Amino acid sequence: MTEEHTSTPHPSASTRLVLEGAHCSACKNAIEGALRGVPGVTRAEVNMAAREADVEGDAPVERLIKAVEGAGYGARPAADDTQESADAANEAYYRRLMRQTIIALGLGVPLMIFGFFESAVDLTWTPLRWFWLAMSAATGAILVISGHHFFVGGWKAFRAHSATMDTLIALGTGMAWLFSTVIVIAPALVPEVARHVYFEAAAIIIGLVDLGLALELRARGKTSQAIRRLLDLQEKTARVLRGGKEQDVPVESVVVDDVVRVRPGEKIAVDGVVTEGRSNIDESMLTGEPIPVAKDVGDEVVAGTLNKTGSLLYRATRVGADTALAQIIALVRQAQNSKPPIGRLADVISGVFVPIVILIAIAAALAWYNWGPSPQVAYAIVTAVTVLIIACPCALGLATPMSVMVGVGKAAEAGILIRNGEALQTASRITTMVLDKTGTITAGHPEVVDVRTVQDHARERVLTLAAGLEAGSEHPLAQAIVAAAPVAAEQLPGVQDFEAVAGHGVTGSVDGHVLAFGNDKMMRRAGVEVPDAWSRTSDAMAEKAQTPMYISIDGALAGIIAVADPIKQDSIDAIERMHRAGLTVVMLTGDNRRTAEAVARQVGIDSVRAEVLPDDKKDQVAELQRSGETVGMVGDGINDAPALALADVGFAIGTGTDVAIESADVTLMRGSLHGVADAVEVSKATLRNIKQNLFGAFIYNAAGIPVAAGLLYPFAGLLLNPIIAGAAMAFSSLTVVTNANRLRSFTLSRNAS
Amino acid sequence: MTTVIVNILGLLLMAAVVWWFWFAGRRRAVAVADGRIAIQVAQGAYTPDRIAVPAGTAVDMEFTRTDPSPCAGVVQFEGLDISRELPVDTPVSIRVRYEAPGEYAFTCQMGMYRGHIVVQ
Repeated sequence: MTEEHTSTPHPSASTRLVLEGAHCSACKNAIEGALRGVPGVTRAEVNMAAREADVEGDAPVERLIKAVEGAGYGARPAADDTQESADAANEAYYRRLMRQTIIALGLGVPLMIFGFFESAVDLTWTPLRWFWLAMSAATGAILVISGHHFFVGGWKAFRAHSATMDTLIALGTGMAWLFSTVIVIAPALVPEVARHVYFEAAAIIIGLVDLGLALELRARGKTSQAIRRLLDLQEKTARVLRGGKEQDVPVESVVVDDVVRVRPGEKIAVDGVVTEGRSNIDESMLTGEPIPVAKDVGDEVVAGTLNKTGSLLYRATRVGADTALAQIIALVRQAQNSKPPIGRLADVISGVFVPIVILIAIAAALAWYNWGPSPQVAYAIVTAVTVLIIACPCALGLATPMSVMVGVGKAAEAGILIRNGEALQTASRITTMVLDKTGTITAGHPEVVDVRTVQDHARERVLTLAAGLEAGSEHPLAQAIVAAAPVAAEQLPGVQDFEAVAGHGVTGSVDGHVLAFGNDKMMRRAGVEVPDAWSRTSDAMAEKAQTPMYISIDGALAGIIAVADPIKQDSIDAIERMHRAGLTVVMLTGDNRRTAEAVARQVGIDSVRAEVLPDDKKDQVAELQRSGETVGMVGDGINDAPALALADVGFAIGTGTDVAIESADVTLMRGSLHGVADAVEVSKATLRNIKQNLFGAFIYNAAGIPVAAGLLYPFAGLLLNPIIAGAAMAFSSLTVVTNANRLRSFTLSRNAS
Repeated sequence: MTTVIVNILGLLLMAAVVWWFWFAGRRRAVAVADGRIAIQVAQGAYTPDRIAVPAGTAVDMEFTRTDPSPCAGVVQFEGLDISRELPVDTPVSIRVRYEAPGEYAFTCQMGMYRGHIVVQ
């Protein structure tokens, strides 16, 4: 899998090609000769059985394919089939485990039923003794056939001075079998009351644990469904224009600058730029955005998205592991396998867990031997076996990773990319969410909504001068002014002595007039007097969530231009969801206080930090953190990068599928604030799930081991049967995986309502 | 008499368990030559499971997993934000680099497979 190899030392050193049309050893020589002729190839070998060529060297894939085609055969790079081969391996392993289960239970269960008869173990009767000897051999064979992996694994771990679940199963069943065999061979060694055999327990425990592993394997398969869905988005073939002809080629052999045709109803195969045609493209599978996006010449298209209406030609810009889809898959995989801090304690415990259980087993056996009722030997052995079997380090170890796997996948389906387990855990603890106003709460496309001029200034003239002044500025407000000017941008008068004063506005000369444009601070700075009536007008505009800006011409006030940035439709709902999740929502903006407060009122924000300079956003986050808040910061990922990095969790709000915003802890692929609420909900649900799992696994072991050791026997006469212990252990880790899978059906409150 | 012997044997066994799993495990680490080391993932253990690397140097660890049990499916590194899937029978090369000397574990997700990187 290509994305797994991004950090390998020789990324292009070895290339595997799948060959077409090669049948004989003569073909082998021809293809090898052609490949070796390519400059940069150091070794080329064709494997006829697999119909594959292994090429070493730094020659580009396209050159290799051309060389093979030149020799009269077809070739394409070997596909990324890791998921499929993993599935096949899992399926084979599952069947093997089930077979082993059936064999073990097939003998163990009848043997257990036979053992119910009173005189089943009367070893003084010779034929019965022979029967038990045969059973010793049979169950011994079962330990080998159905349980050899426990013994081999346990032994290898033992030699490495470590101990695993295999160690416990091997010790437990091995001891039960050995003790029983000793009794059958030399019954005189133990008193008559202690002559009980545990062959059926050994066989049934092996069977149950195999069954548990098999079911767990199945349940685990479901945890990776989200990544599977993403992998399925990858188109297998692309229709490429080469040499004036359209031909279907495997997607792996599409190279950058190929022109690709996509028809209605087909998926985009690689990332590219539209060169011909127009269409609507459904990007919901990546962004969660339900409305198809219109695409025209020059627009970007993204691999994995669905072309709805028209036929398009596009030029490939990113292929293979470079496409946004491939990067998303790599990111999700990486995050799914990472572990949040909450799982660390379980890691520490599971590292020393097994040796401690072995010590407890020996201690319990000694206690029963010294102080237990008769027959002491039998009780000692049984309790030791039961303790070894019931202990389940796996449930403990699985608790966190399984939930993270499902939770991160669930988020990815909603267009939310969570960087790692730590971000997931922190996101669940956020107390304050800081939102940048422009582009986050509002659409980020401000427009001029009102122009008031002092008597003798014409509205058009004022707008033209203001636009001329702002023409060079990239500030979104400036662009709104330029867009509102009565003349086209290129016909605007030029500006001299332009100066931008942060937090104030701009000044400069246009058409020989000295202009100042900005807030009241700007006017004071420029020495312009603002009559009361005008500042009241300005306040009234701000109350309506508009941003009023004074303009002065040659030192005298000429008017006010008001700009407003429309609030995104779903911001109000999303902020309401954040409130329901218990978050305090803070808005940061460079805007004046009145406007900011008006916007805040409209969307229901708790607290406003207005007139914040761009460089001060970071300090605002730091200030909230100092007051004890866990701060989430939502911004655009580029201008807000320092604040996002400082926040406990940085949410980069994306525009479409641009995953370049990689610095953030959480990347939202659509521009809606609902993504933030979704991310918080998913992380809370995942952490709740992890806690349930960890709690369950801890309680299971903390309660199960003492009971197995016989702690309840003096009080309640209760002693666990080793078979029950085996069943409990086999299903405890299955329970953990099943509980994690419950997360898959978790619904976001946006969808629920 | 038997009781005494059994008890002594039991206590000795407990002492042996403690010694074997906690104290005897300090074997010599396999030194990494020319920045690469191959590690087998099979039957419940990494082989070798203790490697020595110089501080501040990148090392490529090539894992080959032959154990189909899902427990072995992921390897993760203490102190580094690295966790990788290990497909069965497919070598996966992972570059690791530790700056500070010390001992760092690399484990499967459940911590049952366990190895150590000794950074010197």
